[in-house]
Amino acid sequence: MNKRLRLFFLFFLLLFLQVFMLNNILLFGSINPYLYIVFVILYPVKENKFYLLFFSFLLGLFVDFFSDTVGVHAFSITFIAYIRLFFIKVYFRKLELDYPFFKLQSESFGKKFNFVVTLTLIHHFLLFLLANFSFFNFSTVLSNTFFSSIFTLVLYFIGTAIFNENE
Amino acid sequence: MQQLIFFIQRFKYFLFFILLESIAIGFTISNLSFHKSKIINSTNLIVAGLYEQRSKITDYFRLKSENEILATENVRLKNLLEKKPIVTIIRDSTINDTIKYFQKFTFTAGKIINNNYNKEFNFLTLNIGKNQGIDKEMAVVNSNGIIGIVDHAKPKYARVQSILNRNSRINARLKNTNYFGSLNWDGSDYKIVQLIDIPRQAPLRIGDTIETGGKSTIFPEGILIGRVSKISRGNSADNRVTITLFNDMSNLGVVYVIKNFEKNEIRTIESLENE
Repeated sequence: MNKRLRLFFLFFLLLFLQVFMLNNILLFGSINPYLYIVFVILYPVKENKFYLLFFSFLLGLFVDFFSDTVGVHAFSITFIAYIRLFFIKVYFRKLELDYPFFKLQSESFGKKFNFVVTLTLIHHFLLFLLANFSFFNFSTVLSNTFFSSIFTLVLYFIGTAIFNENE
Repeated sequence: MQQLIFFIQRFKYFLFFILLESIAIGFTISNLSFHKSKIINSTNLIVAGLYEQRSKITDYFRLKSENEILATENVRLKNLLEKKPIVTIIRDSTINDTIKYFQKFTFTAGKIINNNYNKEFNFLTLNIGKNQGIDKEMAVVNSNGIIGIVDHAKPKYARVQSILNRNSRINARLKNTNYFGSLNWDGSDYKIVQLIDIPRQAPLRIGDTIETGGKSTIFPEGILIGRVSKISRGNSADNRVTITLFNDMSNLGVVYVIKNFEKNEIRTIESLENE
């Protein structure tokens, strides 16, 4: 129950952090971090995967509500929530038997780095591609993906460094 | 039948995923079209209410620039008043009534509580709505020039399609002439918009002022847009002109919504069939 409550708080913390603070940063005019995808990364692997898909979708939809881009965030975060298990298999070499004992914190930094970077890049690319809704400005999509990913990743790794030290 | 159930059970995770993704895509597509009714956007009470609370705090940071804008507008209006012939002063109230009868537009002041300008399809949220008489397809301007068109109105809030939206098309012309074109945005820079389909013989020069053309029922004639910053005279079919906006779209506060009283009449005339 305690863990459920923690996930619930994480959900709303990330939502409000994203829509009221991070959406207004606009570094160099257009670069924003999209830190709410941390929900997908931190969600425990042993929990029900249907709930993960559903709550990720809901989180994306709520972010969409606030930024008037209906469906764009919901689509991309649901996508990475779906392929997350595949990348856990690839990077950490885990079978389904290992899932109940899997903890992201106990993995080595290199593997964790690869995992987080891949999910972030995929999410941001889908996000900007769908927000653009054509292949007309494709170079802007790529550059936005690149710079926003760097921003998100820097925030993520600083955040994990601070919180792990506290524990 | 049994095989179908077996199939669904086996792939239920994947099917659930496909279901959620198609809902998301459906929302995206319906959100991009102007005339469809929208269920989900920032005009609903919870989201807009939260944005209004936020703008109560952030408005204090903009007070200085907002005051400067008001001061310049006051100067302009005072100058206009001075230019007015003295005759108007001795008019009595009955004539005032007939002037009211001839009025074509009304202005309603509102506040932008959510501003977007860094995406391809930008929308703004206004803190006034149907209760204040705001409806679809009304123009939104401020003292520096045009901002957008209302595309969705709820009782207390309204959503505005910004000129910084790839779907926006606004009739615009070269100031003091009748050469008009259509104003688009290519989605890259929030200070720059494009004017296309303006005739080649239009005497355009860099630095010329572009204003609204009055050929649409939404915008009144002569509202400022921007200044010509680049003219490309290639062999392409569309004569593209780059325009730098007068308005700083990243810093918007108080705006005016314009209602056209004669819109319905003009619409009826224009939709008459040829026989």
